[in-house]
Amino acid sequence: MNQFQYVRANTAKTAIGALAKDPSAAFLAGGTNLIDLMKNGVTAPPKLVDINPIPLTEIKKQSNGLYIGALATNADVADHKLVLQNQPLLSLALNAGASAQLRNVATIGGNMMQRTRCFYFNNPDLPCNKRQPGSGCGALEGYNRMHAIFGASSQCVAVNPSDMSVALAALDATVLISGPKGDRRVLFTDFHRLPGEHPEKDNNLMKGELITGIEIPDNAFSKNVHYLKVRDRSSYAFALVSVAAALNIKNNTIKEAQLAMGGVAHKPWRPTEAEKYLVGKPANEATFKQAAEIAMQNAKGLKYNSFKLKMSPNTIIEALRTASGIA
Amino acid sequence: MSLMDTKFFDSKAVEGLDRVDGRLKVTGAARYSAEFPIPKLTYGVLVTSTVAGGKIQSMDAKKAEKAPGVLAVISHFNAPQIPGYSEGSNPAKGQTTKGQPLRIFSDDTIYFYGQPVALVVADTLERAQFTAGLVQAQYQKTSFQTGFDANVSSADFPSQAKNRNSNGDYLRGEADAYKTAPVKVEAEYVIPTEVHNPMELQSIIAVWDAPDKVTVYDKTQSLKGVQGTIAQAFKIPVENVQVVATYVGGAFGNALRTWPHEIAAVMAAQKVGRPVKLVISRDQMFTMVGYRPYTWQKVGLGATADGKLVGISHEAISQTSTYEEFTEGTVNVSKFLYACPNVNTRYKILPLNVSTPTWMRGPGEASGAFALDCAMDELAYQLNLDPIELRLRNHADTDPERNLPWSSKYLKECYQEAADRIGWFKRNPKPRSMKTEDGMLIGYGMGTGSFSAGRSAATASIQMLADGTYTIQCATTDIGPGTATAMVQIASDVLQVPVEKIKFQLGNSSFPKAPSQGGSSTVSTVGSAVTAVCVSLKNKLGELAIGQGEAASVKPADLTFANGQITSKDQSIKIAYADVLKKHSLPTLDVTEESKSGDERRKYSFYSFSVHFVEVNVHPATGQVKVKRVVSCADAGKIINHKTAGSQVIGGAIGGIGMALMEEAVIDDRFGRYVNNNLADYHVPVHADIPAIDAVFIDKKDPYINPMGSKGVGEISLIGMAAAVANAVFHATGKRVRDLPITTDKLV
Repeated sequence: MNQFQYVRANTAKTAIGALAKDPSAAFLAGGTNLIDLMKNGVTAPPKLVDINPIPLTEIKKQSNGLYIGALATNADVADHKLVLQNQPLLSLALNAGASAQLRNVATIGGNMMQRTRCFYFNNPDLPCNKRQPGSGCGALEGYNRMHAIFGASSQCVAVNPSDMSVALAALDATVLISGPKGDRRVLFTDFHRLPGEHPEKDNNLMKGELITGIEIPDNAFSKNVHYLKVRDRSSYAFALVSVAAALNIKNNTIKEAQLAMGGVAHKPWRPTEAEKYLVGKPANEATFKQAAEIAMQNAKGLKYNSFKLKMSPNTIIEALRTASGIA
Repeated sequence: MSLMDTKFFDSKAVEGLDRVDGRLKVTGAARYSAEFPIPKLTYGVLVTSTVAGGKIQSMDAKKAEKAPGVLAVISHFNAPQIPGYSEGSNPAKGQTTKGQPLRIFSDDTIYFYGQPVALVVADTLERAQFTAGLVQAQYQKTSFQTGFDANVSSADFPSQAKNRNSNGDYLRGEADAYKTAPVKVEAEYVIPTEVHNPMELQSIIAVWDAPDKVTVYDKTQSLKGVQGTIAQAFKIPVENVQVVATYVGGAFGNALRTWPHEIAAVMAAQKVGRPVKLVISRDQMFTMVGYRPYTWQKVGLGATADGKLVGISHEAISQTSTYEEFTEGTVNVSKFLYACPNVNTRYKILPLNVSTPTWMRGPGEASGAFALDCAMDELAYQLNLDPIELRLRNHADTDPERNLPWSSKYLKECYQEAADRIGWFKRNPKPRSMKTEDGMLIGYGMGTGSFSAGRSAATASIQMLADGTYTIQCATTDIGPGTATAMVQIASDVLQVPVEKIKFQLGNSSFPKAPSQGGSSTVSTVGSAVTAVCVSLKNKLGELAIGQGEAASVKPADLTFANGQITSKDQSIKIAYADVLKKHSLPTLDVTEESKSGDERRKYSFYSFSVHFVEVNVHPATGQVKVKRVVSCADAGKIINHKTAGSQVIGGAIGGIGMALMEEAVIDDRFGRYVNNNLADYHVPVHADIPAIDAVFIDKKDPYINPMGSKGVGEISLIGMAAAVANAVFHATGKRVRDLPITTDKLV
């Protein structure tokens, strides 16, 4: 672990200012991922700007949706009445992630910034383009059981490990960002990015920018939702495949459908063609099967993760079935 | 009076005495090896190799040596000579391996990835950790091999076996008789590398008390082993080495040997002239303290149409390191578990560029039982016979390997009891035939476990004070089973005094000799010594009570010992134990006794037995397996403490579930290194994976093994469990997964 400076910021402004002065510094929120990465030598910021004192923990109803401050903890959000009432899918996804201990300290903003759990990224003496651009992708020809089947590049086949982000992608959330040049809003689905030629960039956050919160627009997804996570053990394991399914069903007809998949791509994966297919169809097994098949177009397996080509559609069908409430 | 005549627990059923050290453990007052507050303590952090084979060319330690608080950067370039290394002796030697144990910092050879190449010693842990990152080693890489499949043709018989006839192959009757049997099964099974990963990391504090005298606070299952190894390595008298392991936070076998990092800590403490604490890191737990080796097995079973075994063939190949041969009893279980006229086994090892494996709970027998009892299940399905019925038809009434009667065997009772409890006979045996209301596939499976019930020599001392309290000492350890608790109960029962009056001290090499805590034999071995020393104390008290006076005509045989009081038949003597000491103005009464096995070992075959039943649910679409119920029934002789023994069975079952469904240490052969060497990526079960486990004991005394009649529980609680889970998964899904772990991707 490197030696580093530690400062606290009481406001977003001072935090952003601190990073503007020292671009190689990093924000510290819950620290559940960053500190591990520092301990393992994966990253070595010379300065940590602790943003925990900033009052960004609020969860509130706004005119057009739900606002959640970036420093609200995963546990607080998952158990919050407004979340349970309005966006139960988010609660399901949060509770499927990590362990109770981690959820107690991990924050919403930090969760979005979580780095991949790719073995090669996390071991500094193995090649990884994400950790060290140009060093090669260890996983491409290596032990890639956990890796991507959608949207990967020859540079990187890593997946985003967050459960929460899968739900937020499905719910069309918006990310609130403050930076040296002011505030901006980014659609959640545009926040994370695919690896392409620059796997070192997980997302579109610009240098020195701070996530201050998220907004989830009001929707009709308070009833027919499900988050299904397939994993190697019942808790404290990352998704092999996960599916967030949000349906609006009227008279057994699907009026709206929003889906996102985890454990399959460098970002939460929205199978938009499958969503389009679902709309207007009856909520039944045949519909779900067809949607799953559409969702899997362009999926590509690697040596150790080909099982995801079968596990993913099965998980989509199961998630839709549970969300719709059909037996 | 013969020890075997000692009456045990006949009058009262001993249920679960709470652990005598339970309060200390849960309140944090129990002191583990790394927690001893030692003045002037320094901290060591190991730097490890980043290549899997080659030579260390150079090492840049300049920056590190100048870093704040650094006292030494030790590598083979500057390490003090370990006196024992130069003699060709094997200072870091285990008991069963052949070859040259890794001599830390003695030359430039790299045998495996993660091998220690330097030790940084600093005044704080943080400084030592930081500085370890500054040490830069340059390697001359050579080719290395870590892939099992790619190298399996290089497997060979262990050297020890080569010195014997037939390379250690076992043959009873005709070889490969299964091939011509009316019904046969032939299948291959794979156990991946599994790592012990106890909660407590391997840790040691080394303190030189004088130039030729050292104390180590060490995580170990073998006080005398560490003591002897350090004495030999540093050429100091054995009695000048004190090893303290008051508490051990789990071990499962990985603290049976003295490992190179322990030698390094002692060496470093000598070099810097201050105590050194060395706690290895979680990733180092994968490469420095052994593991269950990757093992390939092939089992052939042949039977008559009515389910009598005609032939068993069992072949295994296990990985070992290139510098030591590790062997274990992988194929042993096939020689004795079932009655069969024709049995042949073969065991080979495959040296790879990895560190040396070691025993991991159940050791080889657990790997072997997985293959054998899965094959038995396959055979039962081929025969269209209930798996229990198949086992009953092939029950070994005597030990077919040694041609001896069993000392005791209640395996049939185990089958019956456990089958009843789980509702085995209500199942529909057809695969994929049972479902829950919400569509989960239900599966039932079972497996058998067996492990040698050992007893070796141990010595215990007892000191009785005039206030009627007793302190027993023995250089055994407690890696979790509750050793002191069981010993206090045994002493209480022999002495006939309340448990509160008795203290059992362990975890110090200066106490009377005991063997390593391994192979499920501590209660048997140490319990016998405790019995012996308590009987001896009673005899002494009796002699003193009779004394020289008017009672001198009373014969010792006429004395009864009950409720802390000695009474003679004629009532002329009626005296509390403590008053005997007072009467003779004795401040204490001290006795030491050794106890060991005898002739019975030649007359009988001693084994513990277990049966595991499992119910699983498997998701038909995602393949996710959930263990819903477990019943484990053990024939482990007389159970001293149902609560602690039950906990051992529960722990073993959890270990077996992990083995069956999750555990797998993966090496990327291109780099020769583990990729999932942390507890987030190397999966063991979490609470949510484990249902309530029903641990049952037959609880019948073995008449020959030891005075208590107790056999071991530790290994048999895991052995056979993985087979039970795998067989349950087959029943649920119709899919045979023969390579562990049975992860969801193999079932989807």
